[in-house]
Amino acid sequence: MGHIKGLKCRECGREYPIEPIYVCEFCFGPLEVAYDYTSIAKDISRKKIEKREKNLWRYRELLPIDGDPQVGLDSGFTPLLRAHNLAKVLGVDELYIKDDTVVHPTLSFKDRVVSIALTKAKEFGFDTVACASTGNLAHSVSAHGARAGFKRFIFIPASLEASKIVASLVYEPNLIAVDGNYDDVNRLCSEIANKYRWAFVNINIRPFYAEGSKTIGFEIIEQLGWKVPDNVVVPCASGSLLTKVWKSFKEFREVGIIREIGTKVYAAQATGCSPIASAIKKGTDVIRPVKPNTIAKSLAIGNPADGFYAAQVVKETGGYAEDVSDQEIIDAMKLLARTEGVFAETAGGVTLAAAKKMIESGKIKRDEVTVICITGNGLKTQEALQGHTLSPYYIKPSLASFEEVLSNVNKGV
Amino acid sequence: MAVKVRIPTPLQRLTQGKEEVEGKAGTIMDLVLALDKEYPGIAERISENGKIRRFVNIYLNEEDIRFLSAEGTTVKDGDEVSIVPAIAGGGRREAL
Repeated sequence: MGHIKGLKCRECGREYPIEPIYVCEFCFGPLEVAYDYTSIAKDISRKKIEKREKNLWRYRELLPIDGDPQVGLDSGFTPLLRAHNLAKVLGVDELYIKDDTVVHPTLSFKDRVVSIALTKAKEFGFDTVACASTGNLAHSVSAHGARAGFKRFIFIPASLEASKIVASLVYEPNLIAVDGNYDDVNRLCSEIANKYRWAFVNINIRPFYAEGSKTIGFEIIEQLGWKVPDNVVVPCASGSLLTKVWKSFKEFREVGIIREIGTKVYAAQATGCSPIASAIKKGTDVIRPVKPNTIAKSLAIGNPADGFYAAQVVKETGGYAEDVSDQEIIDAMKLLARTEGVFAETAGGVTLAAAKKMIESGKIKRDEVTVICITGNGLKTQEALQGHTLSPYYIKPSLASFEEVLSNVNKGV
Repeated sequence: MAVKVRIPTPLQRLTQGKEEVEGKAGTIMDLVLALDKEYPGIAERISENGKIRRFVNIYLNEEDIRFLSAEGTTVKDGDEVSIVPAIAGGGRREAL
């Protein structure tokens, strides 16, 4: 399609050709895809997008592929729910949930980024895909990779919970359980990525992979009737998702899909791992690494690579950040399920709990339009709610036994 | 006895292939500037305007200097300093 100019270092601006590379050779900064927005503007329109299939590739002009989409033809375009019940509880006028608990095929927003990564891996001619992961990413690479016909190597720490291992193993990748912690696994993967010609989705394919997160933002705008929200609340681990949601808004303006953006971007983190939120709240741009300790494991990056950029976006847009305790995370997961019927993973609890705090403190105005990004499904991390849910009513198989319970239920006991 | 400085592969071209070089005691920035005298070009690769570049991590005896006093961290003879480029994206862990 010819809309990509190349890769560009975010730090020093040095330019590179489109290749499976991810670090600037000069200053070690991350490389990012650079597009030719003038040519995209001529080639994209609301009408053209609306005529396409309801998947994330409807925004393909703004995604970094050369040919046709090859992976993830059923991924993306998840519901944007108008959350009337939750809005009432939180005391706001207009609230939406961007519901990525239901992305095809593995129920997290990682299916978006992996769709782009594996399509790009095909374009580069790789036959093997790989990743280092503890959860959602492992599931997505295992599943998408199976259907796309790749050999797959998934690296995990050997101590991982059994339920998470099964959710990858069922797709029959080569699951490599490393005797070591997450840091050890990642260090090993960097070495392997240097030696073998494989597509490591979150290493050498990262500049392309990360662009997939923009599709959440494109969808929010389209689903609001080609309007931007006043506020968007995004969970932060590396900070990449937040920067890409903002990038998607700016790109839609750049190519003429929307005219203005008045959106404020808000970051959500767990108190047990809040290097980005702390920097924002302190008003500094120095991200101090932390040692994570939170139930929101998918957000537990103590040294977030895009933290600086995420904090900049929040500052630039006039947003804010909040961090929340494990108890607040659990309460918010339950609140979301009880009010809107959405069972989010712990990261979703973080996002909602942070949004709630910022509404209560007045950082998010009650009369504005707010979108909360929920990025993964709670069925995968059920152990987080152990001991925190209601109990069933145990009865004998008799009408009398049931009616005894029913009268208690009706009395509100 | 001097300071032991471990050089990452991408910068070893500047140190004639040496994985480990000797540095002088002082602050981290003193050390970087002294290294640059011996191995010209190394300072601009890892620092800019007196600050360590964002995607370069420096460890003093295995501890990230950002947990200490950043560029002002004092290094003494016998210490070990490692220069480690951060892996772009994800830091050390995969997640959002």
